[in-house]
Amino acid sequence: MTTKNTSQPVTRRDFLKLGIGALSALALLEVGGASLIFLQPRSLEGEFGGMVTAGLVDSFPIGSVVEFTNGRFYLVRSHDGGFLAVYRRCTHLGCTVEWEAQENRFFCPCHASSFDLVGNVENTPAPRALDTFPITIDAGQIIVDTGTIQTRDAFAPDQLVYA
Amino acid sequence: MTENTSNWRQKILYKPETDDRSRMRAVANNLILHLHPTKVPAPALRWTYTWGLGGLSALTATLLVITGILLMFRYDASIERAYTSIQYMETQVLFGSFVRGLHHWSANLLVITAFLHMIRVFLTGGFKLGRGNNWLVGLFLLALVLAFNFTGYLLPWDQLAFWAITVGTSLLSYVPVVGTAVSNFLLGGPEVGQATLRNFYAIHVAVLPVLLALFMSYHFWKVRKDGGISQPIRDKNERVERLTTIPHLVQIEFAAAAVLITALTLWVIFVPAPLEALADPSHPPNPAKAAWYFMGLQELLLHMHPLAAMALPGIIVAGFILIPWLDKQDDNIGLYFRSRKGKQMALVGAIWALALIPVLVIADELWLDLPAMFPTWPTLISTGLLPLLLTLAALIAIYLIFREFGHANPSEALVGLFIFLIVSFILLTIVGIFFRGANMALVWPV
Repeated sequence: MTTKNTSQPVTRRDFLKLGIGALSALALLEVGGASLIFLQPRSLEGEFGGMVTAGLVDSFPIGSVVEFTNGRFYLVRSHDGGFLAVYRRCTHLGCTVEWEAQENRFFCPCHASSFDLVGNVENTPAPRALDTFPITIDAGQIIVDTGTIQTRDAFAPDQLVYA
Repeated sequence: MTENTSNWRQKILYKPETDDRSRMRAVANNLILHLHPTKVPAPALRWTYTWGLGGLSALTATLLVITGILLMFRYDASIERAYTSIQYMETQVLFGSFVRGLHHWSANLLVITAFLHMIRVFLTGGFKLGRGNNWLVGLFLLALVLAFNFTGYLLPWDQLAFWAITVGTSLLSYVPVVGTAVSNFLLGGPEVGQATLRNFYAIHVAVLPVLLALFMSYHFWKVRKDGGISQPIRDKNERVERLTTIPHLVQIEFAAAAVLITALTLWVIFVPAPLEALADPSHPPNPAKAAWYFMGLQELLLHMHPLAAMALPGIIVAGFILIPWLDKQDDNIGLYFRSRKGKQMALVGAIWALALIPVLVIADELWLDLPAMFPTWPTLISTGLLPLLLTLAALIAIYLIFREFGHANPSEALVGLFIFLIVSFILLTIVGIFFRGANMALVWPV
């Protein structure tokens, strides 16, 4: 296309060309946007991600780790009696960590990361402590919200929830 | 031959002509044969120039389309039924195991032939003299092949599938800002599940095949447009013999296709496609390994922070993309390793990789503990940025050594660096496949 003098009036042909171009671009954006919305993540409905009632406070001994397979978390009771719901997904590359009671650690078989009772990294390559879910305690019942994944760099005492 | 048979042959295939002129016309007028020129230079037909890798890749892709279509009739992309539909295919469907085996092993073979084809094209300078575009398209096709393999890997919904894809997509979440969103989009949620299987199936059987068909067509067309496969520049008065495509090229292609199909069929008969236990999201296998062609990357992950383990291959791939602009010396096109000096540099590069990589892997396993050496640094720096920068510095140093002490020109030094990278990658892959046992510890293969 040749360069035009801007002071020249826009011809009908130029106007139509510009209009068709702009409308086509808009139409493409709309179709693209609609496709993206159409393809939105959708697995959360009804699956993992709801409220899980774990049980009564007194049913978990001090220092115990109990696995909730469907909720995808481990309920940890620390040595001072505080609760922590640890997401079982390794922070390195997403494998499922297993609680090894003899070794007193969470272990990831994919790349050999390990974590202590409260989820702190004992052995890399995991870059940060295991993620957690919020816990509320209602009338002695422990309720875990598996829809909210909390990330943290390391364990801090204020993450524990007490009855 | 009766008049009658030659008549239908002429209509459907081509008339089996015996004189050069008619044979050339037959190529020009036939839809499939028209991919070829009517005559080819005799040196371009040398088996040891191309090793037939492009053609074999195309043939393998064709086999994959045919077997893939058959599999679609029997496969069910739901997490309740995918695994059973494969089991049913393996045990109840006549030729089910064979068709699936052919698809599985052809897919694995295509990774190898496409990778080797890329190496061949680099070594003979097939990206030079205006062929840069086609080099880029070729790299994109190689990426497509890997995307095909990655998405196809999930479909059987066995343990191998589930954990390989979990590890593979978790890598994405380390990409700053958009990583988690892209990962969630691909997986259809935060974890591998039904939405992931559905997404990957649609990508595998619809999105990628369309892209492959488009870009393969361009790839072939551009080779023709560039005047056939790359050849050395010859003197004006040097006469090169040109042979008719029928029969000289076509019969080589038929022979290669026959050998490949026979070998693949025999392999599939004796080695069926693997199928592990049903996917169990609670219990990863130990060790949990990615597909073999990603083991080089997974091995890198054991030594570096994931961001660095992605940045390093990313930078190297960017280098591959830029090769047509990095190596601008066009007069050595069509010559393996560019020159005698280039061949020496390649040899040195290969030897350095063979010496260095095993030592580094063992040293990192036994003695090196970067986070302990720099306890106050965040791991992103001590196991990420530090090894990344050291590796890049080593690569630059290797190039400069080739230039300064090897007296190589840039084109030849790049050959040495390229071979160093390729051999290193292959070694890491071998370590990952054979030398990693439980907990991904270094073991001697039994």
